[in-house]
Amino acid sequence: MVVRHQWPKEGISRIPYWIYTDPEVYAREQERIFCGRSWAYVALEAEIPTAGDFKRTIVGDKPVVVVRDEAGGLNVVENRCAHRGVQFCQTHLGHATEFMCPYHQWTYNLRGDLIGVPFRRGIKQQGGMPADFALKHHGLRKLQVVTRHGVVFASFADEVEPLEDYLGLDMLKLFDRVFDGREVEVLGYSRQLIPANWKLMFENIKDPYHASLLHVFLVTFGLFRADNPSKVQVDKTGRHGALISWRGEQQRTADNAEMKSLLEHFTLRDPSMLQPVREFPEYTVVMMTLWPNLIIQQQSNTLAMRQLVTKGPESFELAWTFFGYKGEPDDLRHRRIRQANLMGPAGFVSLDDSEVIKFSQEGLRQYPEGTGVMEMGGRDWQESESHMVTEGAIRSFYDYYRRVMEL
Amino acid sequence: MTASENFRTLSRRDLRLDLEELYAEYVACLDEERFEEWPEFFTDDAIYRIIPRENFEHGLPIATLHCESKGYLQDRVVAIRQTSVYAPRYMRRLVSNIRILGWQDDQLEVRANYAAFETLRDELTRVFSVGRCHDTLVDVGGSLKFKEKLVIFDSELIPNSLIYPL
Repeated sequence: MVVRHQWPKEGISRIPYWIYTDPEVYAREQERIFCGRSWAYVALEAEIPTAGDFKRTIVGDKPVVVVRDEAGGLNVVENRCAHRGVQFCQTHLGHATEFMCPYHQWTYNLRGDLIGVPFRRGIKQQGGMPADFALKHHGLRKLQVVTRHGVVFASFADEVEPLEDYLGLDMLKLFDRVFDGREVEVLGYSRQLIPANWKLMFENIKDPYHASLLHVFLVTFGLFRADNPSKVQVDKTGRHGALISWRGEQQRTADNAEMKSLLEHFTLRDPSMLQPVREFPEYTVVMMTLWPNLIIQQQSNTLAMRQLVTKGPESFELAWTFFGYKGEPDDLRHRRIRQANLMGPAGFVSLDDSEVIKFSQEGLRQYPEGTGVMEMGGRDWQESESHMVTEGAIRSFYDYYRRVMEL
Repeated sequence: MTASENFRTLSRRDLRLDLEELYAEYVACLDEERFEEWPEFFTDDAIYRIIPRENFEHGLPIATLHCESKGYLQDRVVAIRQTSVYAPRYMRRLVSNIRILGWQDDQLEVRANYAAFETLRDELTRVFSVGRCHDTLVDVGGSLKFKEKLVIFDSELIPNSLIYPL
C-alpha cells in the first residue's frame, strides 16, 4: 500500500487533512491500529453475566462476538462463519448454547471451535467433505481477550503487552477510580452515526480548550471550564489521555472573562436535571480516551463507555453504554438518568460536539492539502499539564499515531 | 358535570376526532418550530422521554432525552433557541395509526406511530426517526394534555444529533 501524502514538516503541531478522508490511510488504520497491537474495548462483563450470554460488537470495522463459555471464560471471535463468511450472529445481546450458521448449519461451541458440519460424510456414499477435512482447522478466528474489573478488551494481534502495561500506571489509576471492583450495571444504550472521521471524536475529548468556548452548559454551570483547577494527563506513549477537572462556580471572574458561553444569569426552569452529588474522590470530571476505540466518561454522576466503531474514512458510530453500580441508592440512580440529558445524541453538551465534528469534516473534506494548527499550549507534549489551555493530548496522540502508521 | 366526565362521555368517534385534532396541532407546533408553545401540550408534572427501542424492551432506564416536568421541556426549548450549536434543519413529522386503548380512571391511554423526516442544507431529505408513541392524556381545564409521552424509536442509529423534539 502506498500512502501518497507527506506529513507536514512542522510535525505534530500540524495535522494534515488527508488523514481524515483518504481510503488508503483508513485501510492502514484498520490493519495497524484496530487489528494491530492494541486492546480494543468490546464489552462490560455485566452485559454477559452468565454462561452462554453473548454480545455482538465491532472492533474497528470488523464484526465480532463476545461470549461467555460454560466454564465462565470470555471469548471474542469473529462474527464470520469459517465456511462462507456469513455473519451468523444477528442480535445485539442474547443467549446461546452454541452458534449455528443459518446457511449450511456449520456449528460452533461457545469458544468458537467448529463442532459440526452437516453432510460431512456425504449422503449414500456420495459427496461430503474430503477425508482429511479436520474440524479443528476450521473454527472461528479467536481474538486475545483480557478483562479488568468488569471491562472486556480484545485484540486481533497475537502478542500484546499486558493490559496494565498497555494503559500505564497513571491511566490505570484513573480507570480503577470508576472500575474499582464494584459490580457494574448497564443503564442503557444510545447509538449515533456521526458523518466524520473517527479521529475527530478522539481529538474532541482530548481537547479541553474547546469545552470552555463551545459548550454553554459546561461553562455556565462550571462543570468543565478553563478557570477550574484541572489536569491533562497522557500515558508515556502519548496514545491514551485523560482530561481531569474540579467543578467551579457560576460566576464571572477575570479568568473566565473571555468565555462568551458563560451566561451568568442563566438558570434552569427545573434545576433538578443538574444537581450532581460528590461521588468519586478528588476530581469531579475525568474523561479518558483509550487507544484505539474507547472513551470512558465520568462527568459528575453520569458514567458511560463510548465506543468508536469506524464505518469508512468519513463516518463512525458512537455507541454509548451508560452504567451505574449494582445496588446503588435510588437517589443516585435517578441523578444518573437526569444527568444523561447532558450526553448522547441529544445531550445538552454532546450534541454540540457531534454537530461541530460534522462541520469539521465538511470543511476539510475538499482540502486534503490543508492542515490543522495545533499550537495551543506549545508544539510538543508532556505527560502531565495542570491547565486546560492546551492541545497537548492531541499532539501526543498524533505522535504515537505517526509511529504506528509510519506517516 | 366536570370537564373530564365530559371527555369520558364522548362517543368513540368524537373522542377520536378530538385526538386527531390534538395530534395535528402538536405536530404543526413542532414542524413550524413554535417551540415555546410546545410545553403547553403537557401537564406541569409531565414525563416526556425519547427512548431507543432496545432500552425500552430491556427495561433499561436511560433515555436519549428525559424530561420529568414542564420545566425540563422549557429548558430544552431554551437550549434549542439559545445555547446549543447545530446546523440549520427542517423537520417534518407524520403521526398516524392513532389508537385509543381506553380510560384508566381519569387517564386516557393512546398509541400512535410516527415518522420524522429531516432536511439539512445541501442534503437530500432523509428519514430521521421512526417509532411509536405511548401517550397518557388527562383533562386539564377542558382540554386534553399529555401527562406522559414516551417516544420509542425503532431506528438503530440516530443520524448525528437529535436537536428538535419528536
